[in-house]
Amino acid sequence: MKYLRLVFSNMRRSKLRTTLTVLSTALALFLFSMLRTIVTSLDASVDVTDAARVVVRRSTSLIFPLPLSYFDRLRQMDGITAVTYMNWFGGVNPADERGWSSQFAVDASTFFEMYPEYLLTPEEVAAFQQERTSCIIGERLAKQYKWKVGDNVTYRGTIYPGDWTFTVRGIFRPKSPDVDTNVLYFQWKYLDERSERKGNVGVYIVRLADPNEAAATSAAVDQVFANSAFETRTETEKAFQLGFVTMMGNVKQGVRIISIFVLAGFMLVAINTMIMAARERIREIAVLKTLGFPDDLILKLVLAESTCIALLGGFAGCIGAKLVFKLMSFGGGVFANFIVKPQTLVIGLVIAALMGLVSGIVPAISAARLRVVDALRSA
Amino acid sequence: MALPVSYNIRNLTVRRASNLLAALGIALVVMVMIWVLALGQGFRGALVGTGRPDRALLMRGGATSEVQSSVSREVADIVRVMPEILPGTDGRPLASPELVIIANLPKASDGSPANVSVRGVSQAVFEMRPELQLVTGRRFAPGTTEIMVGAPLGGRLRNCGVGQKLHFANQDWEIVGQFATGGSGFESEIWGDVETMIPAFERDGYQSMTVQLRSAADLAALETRIGADPRLNLKVQSELAYYEAQSSGFTSFIRGIGVVIAVLMSFGAMAGALNTMFAAVNARTREIGTLLALGFSRWSVLVAFVVESVLLSIAGGVLGCLLGFIVNGTSTGTTNWASFSELAFAFRVTPAIMGLGLLFAVVMGAIGGFLPAWRASRKRIAESLRAA
Repeated sequence: MKYLRLVFSNMRRSKLRTTLTVLSTALALFLFSMLRTIVTSLDASVDVTDAARVVVRRSTSLIFPLPLSYFDRLRQMDGITAVTYMNWFGGVNPADERGWSSQFAVDASTFFEMYPEYLLTPEEVAAFQQERTSCIIGERLAKQYKWKVGDNVTYRGTIYPGDWTFTVRGIFRPKSPDVDTNVLYFQWKYLDERSERKGNVGVYIVRLADPNEAAATSAAVDQVFANSAFETRTETEKAFQLGFVTMMGNVKQGVRIISIFVLAGFMLVAINTMIMAARERIREIAVLKTLGFPDDLILKLVLAESTCIALLGGFAGCIGAKLVFKLMSFGGGVFANFIVKPQTLVIGLVIAALMGLVSGIVPAISAARLRVVDALRSA
Repeated sequence: MALPVSYNIRNLTVRRASNLLAALGIALVVMVMIWVLALGQGFRGALVGTGRPDRALLMRGGATSEVQSSVSREVADIVRVMPEILPGTDGRPLASPELVIIANLPKASDGSPANVSVRGVSQAVFEMRPELQLVTGRRFAPGTTEIMVGAPLGGRLRNCGVGQKLHFANQDWEIVGQFATGGSGFESEIWGDVETMIPAFERDGYQSMTVQLRSAADLAALETRIGADPRLNLKVQSELAYYEAQSSGFTSFIRGIGVVIAVLMSFGAMAGALNTMFAAVNARTREIGTLLALGFSRWSVLVAFVVESVLLSIAGGVLGCLLGFIVNGTSTGTTNWASFSELAFAFRVTPAIMGLGLLFAVVMGAIGGFLPAWRASRKRIAESLRAA
């Protein structure tokens, strides 16, 4: 530890170079955190699902509807404690056509009981249920457009034509940070009233008495509706959500490959710096050795320096990513919320430390092996 | 007087390890950038290659994709006879009213469901789309449950060979052919007769209509004519514009990611170039002093060091382009969210992308080399010559 001062003063000696290396390591770890967060937010959208919920949809494809009559039939089945339903609305905000948010038409009387992860006061829920054209929006959506309770908000339907105006009657807060709050829920009855085809339900969400019975109950549901005009496919909420994630293609693999090359690229820069730093100091290292510094201490000093530089950069990069994405605050849909997870920070710092060690290893060994006589004579 | 380029090249070969590392750093940046851009390009190509300016796509007003649209039989019959539409060899107008449905079919790999577009088309489509070629088998016969599948689907889905049957919409469909359309999005689809598919999918009309215009210039005339008809609420756009709009979201998303990654990585690579060049300038202090003493202007010393850095980055850039080119043609797939169906496409490394990568490398080299070069050109002759 007493050599730490030596390490630090060595770091300060070429300030520009140290700064550049710290900065580039910071960028490497920033990029790493960003890329990893793509993966973790994809996972998060799957992780927040409830094992006790299964999703019933039309077997042909999700875009085909199920009849409203299935609501009562599902409620009467064994092992099912609650049922609700919703339709994907797919609207765009005319004021921000490129913006992204999800909108669903939901059954007002049962929906929020099914989803306890959306925190609302009983008054908010009651206000929503009483008014046909009201809506409940998520925290992030409210923040995005500065919408408040009582505001009228308009969406242009892409599936259901026309402009639809809803009155905000509540803003829900998420129970855990991974819950998607870039969402708007409005009354299914309002949708049904205005659309040409009546009684069409997108999906049913079913709560099971026992999550362990998910497979059996799902099969039972599909069995009931088999050979009807509207056959169903029932799967756990997790599998349903996972379906969306896999639809994006092999994102995870791509992100992983790019991360590796990003880190490799920055590693080269770090190695280069350390080689140059050590080369400049050949004579100085020889002096240290002459003074009696053993080879392994020299080795450790060089390694300590490279690790310190890398950790400094890693720290800056990871924290920077955390702050930047917190401030930018975007997310929604399959990406849930784009939050840099604590694990990502830890992994990032470990990677930074490894980058430091690896970049220091070549110059450290050559410094340790340095022959005093040659070094003092050279340059 | 300018310093000869051979001076720079010879210098680059002196500090080999450090130069190699710096060049490799630049190569990696260029490579990653090319990969991401090639991904976006491939996706865009698959969609935009689908469309042509002289074909028009008609959808219900307000619909942003075929899946959401509907066009009734009456509307289709009104539009079909409009004079802007080119007649085919049989004298009938080249117009194909179509139906697009998403079906869940098992993937070949693990049997999990894939969302595949099933398109009902009319016979006019074969004359309208000369880019369509049969890979094996034959065209579907009108009025039957025969279907043709896009050739790339053959490997991705179960039971997609000619002679096999696919089950969707509660019935079996016999595959009679596999087709290709030059890499466009149609290759990710299944085609059959629209008149058979409408009842099978419980529809009562079409979803969209594609017409062959006499020329691309007739689009405006058709639009005016349709707009003037109170019976019609149709959105008229060229096929090209439609598919460009569909691809723009994902393409700009991918490009955005590519640019962010490339720019951030480039700072690292520039730091590498900067470090390398600074070390070079420091080590050659006496040499620089000599050059200045010989009468080379400070300007030419500055230029020489920038040139040296740019040469280094060009070497890295070329290597990066070569590494980047490796992915060219690699096929991958994602979902076209606009139609909610799978879209197979291949990474496409175009000369423009490679040129961009190289240009990026040069910029990195020039910026990274400028500061060290500036310092070199400002050295004081007497002190530099005295330096060890």
